[in-house]
Amino acid sequence: MGIINKSRVKSPWVVHFDCGSCNACDIEILACLTPIYDVERFGIVNVGNPKHADVLVVSGAVNNRNKRVLKNVYDQMPDPKAVVAIGACAATGGVFRECYNVLEGVDKVIPVDVYVPGCCPKPEAIIDGIIKAVEKMNQRVDSEKKEKKE
Amino acid sequence: MVQTLAAVILIIIAAPIVGGILSGIDRIITARMQNRVGPPILQPFYDFFKLIGKESIIVNRFQMLYVLAYLALMITSLVLFVLKQDLLMIIFIMAFGGVSLILGGLSVQSPYSRIGSHREILQMLAYEPVLIFMVVGIYLQTGSFTVQSVLDMNEPLLYSLPLIFIALLYVLTIKLRKSPFDFSTSHHGHQELIKGMLTEFSGPQLALIELAHWYELVLILGFIVLFWATNIYIGIAIALLSFVLEMFIDNISARMTWKWMIWVTWSLGIGLCIANIALLY
Repeated sequence: MGIINKSRVKSPWVVHFDCGSCNACDIEILACLTPIYDVERFGIVNVGNPKHADVLVVSGAVNNRNKRVLKNVYDQMPDPKAVVAIGACAATGGVFRECYNVLEGVDKVIPVDVYVPGCCPKPEAIIDGIIKAVEKMNQRVDSEKKEKKE
Repeated sequence: MVQTLAAVILIIIAAPIVGGILSGIDRIITARMQNRVGPPILQPFYDFFKLIGKESIIVNRFQMLYVLAYLALMITSLVLFVLKQDLLMIIFIMAFGGVSLILGGLSVQSPYSRIGSHREILQMLAYEPVLIFMVVGIYLQTGSFTVQSVLDMNEPLLYSLPLIFIALLYVLTIKLRKSPFDFSTSHHGHQELIKGMLTEFSGPQLALIELAHWYELVLILGFIVLFWATNIYIGIAIALLSFVLEMFIDNISARMTWKWMIWVTWSLGIGLCIANIALLY
C-alpha cells in the first residue's frame, strides 16, 4: 500500500466551494493556478467535479441557506477526503460571525482538517494548507487501518 | 508461438508505461508553454495509483462492466495490432471499445454525463470515416488489409498517402480530446460540462479509464508509425513529432463546437482522404 499512500500526497485534486465569500479568498485560491505559484508542481489540479476530488477547499461564511449544498458537495466526494477552510470567515464566521443567518465556521457543518487563517490568506499559505491536509488524510487512513487490524 | 506470446505480454505491460510517460511529457510541455513549471513526469502514475486507492462509488450495476469492456477491447485491439493482424478488425474493435465507454456515460442520470456522451458519439461519427479511409488507402497501396503487408512494403506509406496522414492528425487530436475538440470531456485542469462524459466515473473506474486511454494513445501512435514502417525508428520519431504537434495545437486553439468539428472532419478530413485515394488510381 506504500505506493498508493505516496501517490495520495503527490496528487491532491481540489474542488473549491464558495459559501458566499467576498471573493478575496477566491481570487487568492485562483492565484495559486497562475504561473507564479503553479500548483500543478505539486500535482494539485482544480477539478469541477466533487466525485473526482480529494480535497474540498471552502471559502466564505457558511450560512443557513447554503450549508445543505456544502454538505451535499462533501458527501459526494469519495473517501479518503480532506477539507481545508480558507480565511477567517470559513474558520469562524469572521466579521459576519454575529449575523443572524451565519453559522460560526465550516466545522459546524462538516469536519475540517486544516484552517488557513488570514483575511485573505496568501497563496503560499493556501498551497501549504492543502499539502498539510493531504498528509493528515494519509495519517488518518493509516490509523484507521491499524484500528481495523487490532 | 513463444515469441508471439512474449510480444503480447510485453506490449500489455509496456503500453501503459509508455502511454503514462507520454501523458506526463504532455503535461510538462503544456505547462512550459503556459510559462509554468509543470508536474513531475511521473504525475499520471501518481494520479492513477491515487484513484485506485479511492473509495469506489458505483452509480449503477452496469457502469463498471462498461469500463472493463472499454479497457479489455482497447487491449485487444492493441494486441491485434502487435500481432500484425487485420487493420479493419482493429479499427472496429477500437470503435466497439469507444461505444462501451459511451454506454457507460449514458447509463447514468447526470445531464452532464449524457450531453458529454452524446458529443462523444458525434466525435466517433467524425473520426471513424477517416480511419476507414486510411485502411482503404493502405489496401489500395499494399493489396491487403493486414499490418503485416504494410511492414513488407519497400517504400514508406507516407510517400503515397501524405493527405491521409494529415487527415489522421485530425483523428489524433480528436482521440486525445485536445482543443479544439475537447468538448465531450476535457483534460486536466480544464472543465467542460463539469467533466463531460467522465462526470459520474470516480475512483478506480476513472483509473481504469485512464489506463485504457493510455493503451488507446499507444495504438493511435502505432497507426502513425505505420506510415514509415520501412525504418521503425523514423516511424517512431514521426509519431512523437505529431504528438508534440498536438500539444501545440492544443495550446494555440480554443474549444470549438461539435458542428464545427463535423464540418471540418467531413469536408477537410474526408476530402483529403478521397483526394489521396483518387491520386492513387
